[in-house]
Amino acid sequence: MKQGSGLPVFPGVAIGKVVVYQKAKRREAVSSGDAAVEQAKFDAACETAKEQLSRLYEKAKAELGEEQAAIVEVQMLMLDDLDYLEAVADEIANGAAAATAAAECGESMALVFAALDDEYMKARCADIRDVSQRVAGILSGADDFKLPDGSFLLAAEDLAPSETIQLPRDRILAFVTQGGSSSSHTAILARTLNIPSLVQSDIDLQDAAQCEVLAVDGFTGNWYMDPDAETLAMLTKKQAEAAADREALEVYRGKKSITKSGKQILLCANIGCPEDAEAAVAGDAEGIGLMRSEFLYLGRDSLPSEDELFEAYKKVAEIMGERPVVIRTLDIGADKQVDYMDLDKEENPALGLRGLRICLTRVDEIFRPQLRAIYRASAYGNLNVMFPMVASVWELQEAKALCKQIREELEAEGIPTKDVPIGVMIETPAAAVLAHELAKEAAFFSVGTNDLTQYTLAVDRQNAKLGRFYDPYHPALMALLAHIAKSANEAGIWAGICGELGADPKLTETFVRMGFSELSMAPGRILGTRKIVCESEE
Amino acid sequence: MKEFTYEIKDPMGLHARPAGLLVKAAAKFASTVTIAAPSGKADAKRIMAVMRLAAKQGNVLTVTCEGADEDQAAEALQAFMAENL
Repeated sequence: MKQGSGLPVFPGVAIGKVVVYQKAKRREAVSSGDAAVEQAKFDAACETAKEQLSRLYEKAKAELGEEQAAIVEVQMLMLDDLDYLEAVADEIANGAAAATAAAECGESMALVFAALDDEYMKARCADIRDVSQRVAGILSGADDFKLPDGSFLLAAEDLAPSETIQLPRDRILAFVTQGGSSSSHTAILARTLNIPSLVQSDIDLQDAAQCEVLAVDGFTGNWYMDPDAETLAMLTKKQAEAAADREALEVYRGKKSITKSGKQILLCANIGCPEDAEAAVAGDAEGIGLMRSEFLYLGRDSLPSEDELFEAYKKVAEIMGERPVVIRTLDIGADKQVDYMDLDKEENPALGLRGLRICLTRVDEIFRPQLRAIYRASAYGNLNVMFPMVASVWELQEAKALCKQIREELEAEGIPTKDVPIGVMIETPAAAVLAHELAKEAAFFSVGTNDLTQYTLAVDRQNAKLGRFYDPYHPALMALLAHIAKSANEAGIWAGICGELGADPKLTETFVRMGFSELSMAPGRILGTRKIVCESEE
Repeated sequence: MKEFTYEIKDPMGLHARPAGLLVKAAAKFASTVTIAAPSGKADAKRIMAVMRLAAKQGNVLTVTCEGADEDQAAEALQAFMAENL
């Protein structure tokens, strides 16, 4: 047995086999810059895909019969289809990388089929996607990293947001990373998934690859490789106790979150992608307090289309129904970068072109499709929108004017929309100080405590060495929070907290006292927080 | 130019499998082969275009062959349809 430790980001115990994450050779498709080279790569990938499919065809024919195998044959024919090949050649000639062209042309063709008024042909869009994704996958070497069947713990040096979102989340028992911090994206994902995880751990990846069983204790921050019988018994007991504690919170399921003096608090969930909305419902969230749009933009090699964004937002709206959903518009830049946006490398990305600043700079390309998607999806539920990284009133006014214009456009096009309340994510000290001015223009506030803490204290939240200087209980921060809540209440709008602090049991009562009426957190924290709210005297 | 019409009898219509076979059959000839269905026209050598017609049982297809081997093409495709559609 070997053991070590790390910084725990979610309590719980996980025991199972371990997978060491290896970075794929190339995640993002980058064009060589030479169209002839890209075309040759594409042609070669088509041949490889055909070979794979013909093996699959033989297998399907032997096991399922000729009728079933025919569908594979049709996929092979698609790779000879001139409409597809010509579209790809055009894109490549225009400078696209082979993998991008293969995926995009397949996608636009799939959408044509999805729109057909024939159920059978509509279903063929899955075949077109399948085959074009196969080619794109061959080109980007995406199948380099193979995962085993069943559930596992994942050990890694560190995981980028674009990497975490490609993982099969329902099969991961825990993350153990060497890098990261308690507010890094692996940590956020671990909390969303309710899995015990360690960051900044001293785990040796070569040892991890050798060991049979890895155990993680998310209460103490310890990890054990091939634990002995005694350790295993201790961990199993802990695991059972944690399950019993969770069970005890079940009496709060379906209840309202009302303090003893009668203040009702809305307890919502933070989510990153439409699939997380199911976790929010399972966690008994009363709404979505923060949907981070950027995860729809990561882990791919081109901007998502308006239709893709619409489908994602619509899915969340439909899952949540009457319950409110707050969508935060794209907050890319800083620690979340994507190659295809061609953002300049910045000396100081946390203070750079990010959040609403990018959206207001690149309106037609980025902001407009996103807002159109949100307004189109508004017809399917109870959507709210909020803008990240606001520092001045004019930024909010400019974004609001754009929202108004887009809604009018959609109405003119005959597309149904609903009123979408527009709020501000308060995360710059400027916005906090100016809360009383912003409250005149905004329908609500939601405080992003992670960034507000880093900007107020001038402490980089990604820098592990600054741990004890990153003090989320700092009096300066508490003073700003009190001012934000007071300004909102005076203007008659609601204010909430969606950063990590929202789920901090030591602050729940303080927030209620300050006048916050909504707290948004990882889905797994909701029942525990409801217990605190219901037991509060405030 | 050679032209003939054919009414689809297959209860599934011109679905993926016969569409694939049709494209293969048309590809054997140098002539351009066009299929007109109630939903539009398609180049018979392009699978996506043929499938997109979403032609159903009872729809009448008009097949036009044009080129050096148009006679053989029309004859072969007429036989193909009678057998497969």
